[in-house]
Amino acid sequence: MKKRKPLALAALCLLVVCIHLVTILTGSQFYLTQLTMAAYYGLVIIGLGTLMGYAGQISLGHAGFFAIGGYLSASLTTRNLASLQGTWPVKGLDSLHMLKIAQDLSGEQLITVAPWAACCCAVAAAALIALVIGIPVLKLKGHYLAMATLGFGTIIYRILLASPYFGEADGISEVPGFTLLPAMGTFHPIMVSGAANLRVANYYLAWGVLILGMGLLLNLIGSRVGRALRSLHSSEEAAEAAGIDTSRFKLHVFVLSAVYAAIGGVLLTHFNGGIGPSEASVMKSVRYVALVAVGGMTNLWGTLIMGVGLTFLSLRGVFGTFDDAVFGMILIFVMLFAPDGILSLRLQQLRKAIFSGGRP
Amino acid sequence: MSTGREIVVGNTGGVVAGDAMLELQSVHKRFGGLHAVNDVSFRVEPGCIKAVIGPNGAGKTTLFNLIAGNLPVSTGTIHFQGQEIQGKKPYQIAQFGLARTFQNIKLFHGMTALECVMVGRHVQSRAGFFSGMFSLPSAWKEERAIRAASMELLELMQIADYADVEATSLAFGQQRAVEMARALAAEPKLLLLDEPAAGLNIYETAEVARLICRIRDMGITVLLVEHDMSLVMDISDEIVVLSFGKKLAEDAPLNIQNNAEVIKIYLGEDDAITA
Repeated sequence: MKKRKPLALAALCLLVVCIHLVTILTGSQFYLTQLTMAAYYGLVIIGLGTLMGYAGQISLGHAGFFAIGGYLSASLTTRNLASLQGTWPVKGLDSLHMLKIAQDLSGEQLITVAPWAACCCAVAAAALIALVIGIPVLKLKGHYLAMATLGFGTIIYRILLASPYFGEADGISEVPGFTLLPAMGTFHPIMVSGAANLRVANYYLAWGVLILGMGLLLNLIGSRVGRALRSLHSSEEAAEAAGIDTSRFKLHVFVLSAVYAAIGGVLLTHFNGGIGPSEASVMKSVRYVALVAVGGMTNLWGTLIMGVGLTFLSLRGVFGTFDDAVFGMILIFVMLFAPDGILSLRLQQLRKAIFSGGRP
Repeated sequence: MSTGREIVVGNTGGVVAGDAMLELQSVHKRFGGLHAVNDVSFRVEPGCIKAVIGPNGAGKTTLFNLIAGNLPVSTGTIHFQGQEIQGKKPYQIAQFGLARTFQNIKLFHGMTALECVMVGRHVQSRAGFFSGMFSLPSAWKEERAIRAASMELLELMQIADYADVEATSLAFGQQRAVEMARALAAEPKLLLLDEPAAGLNIYETAEVARLICRIRDMGITVLLVEHDMSLVMDISDEIVVLSFGKKLAEDAPLNIQNNAEVIKIYLGEDDAITA
């Protein structure tokens, strides 16, 4: 296990490069766009996989955290703060060099928050909200926790849909890309953006972030904290008897998974150049849960592979208008025939499972 | 004592002279109309083995759950090394140095025997989310120490061969040993054993008896609940007898064996039945 972890991550890096080469050879580089998007969704899914699979806490509100990240970063980088000039929040942001001052088409002053600052604010806000929501909600177990987080997701969805600041049903568009490294000499700048000439760079950037995130989570699961999470999943009473502050650990992993979702949301929003309320919808949360289940709850690699794979197919429009229905079907199928994930099934077992009506 | 390494805990560390390891003062527990524990007081002196016995439903396990913080006390106080612990959460009590095992074994699913014991090292280690995620050298070294200490405990329990077997798939006696190793991994000052010999045959029970004496010799005070009279009488320094939630007697094993009240509740009495 210890030796295999870096090896598997290296294999994934290699696979990412191979896929790029294949798209060059087949002249289908347009696939990279959806692969980039799928990687950002993958970030949400592995974060949720850690929460659900290892710590045993379900969340049907993770689309909410994704949307909090995406929407906050989008609104801060697009909404004009010129009318608030001179008030303390704007002054404060200015003194921290967190503002971007430009002129719009008609020559009016356009003051927005710099993308990097907006990104940090958005992720911090998601973490804070997760903390505040998590304290009461994580006292609940099983179905009750699922319902409470579902309620949270619904509230976020409705707030986004109803407030003009967040663009109501239209969402927010024209979100600027955000620069990680400015242009140097002949090199293109490294920035999160959907611009066609930056497609390859963004593909590698997204997968770099995902692989880094994956490596950190794998480290965590193998650590003392990971053991504590797995133990409280199995028996909270025995975990407490071993001196583990179960409510604190549950809360921290909840916040961690919310941060993963928010980072995914921020990066995808800047990559796409916009975000709409459907990203916060309950169906999205259900989809994330389904993808974690398909990957096999306590199998982060399975979660990553199935999650990114199915998301990619969905983004390519393979499932057509049945998109949500397909994910619903997947959830039913997994619960009946492969509660440990699709990858746990061997073909023969699968046939047996289907013909004997479940529970192999 | 050849096996003892830093697992040996000075049982008087930090204890003010005269303080008991554990002291219960008129502890009551009511479940609605049921008075499960009724005015129970006793002391557990450092370095001894004390047993709580009584017929089924006498309130023994309830008493354990009150001490370990799994149930709130209705009234009364519980002191651990001079510190009040009633109202504290189980994990806090565990951090003070009180470890326990469960009557119906509670091992962690999907974990190997070794990992289960490593969870027990939780209170003796530090690494948090950050150092775990970034696999800092400190966490890494600590992890090795946790593994080594846990492995030694499995050896002490004579189940080191099963270290990498999933704990819940082990035989009953071995599962019990893993649970005891997990409790010992915390290097507790006081160990609560809830029926350590339940479901074991006489040879295994004798083995458990030897083990408990060894634990005592390591400097760990032991409080146990047990049905097996031979075990209790052989190893206990003192026995508390509970009946219907009340303390009936508290004495050395020999005196308990000759206590008329105790004989009555265990064997019954002709006129008690006809009366």
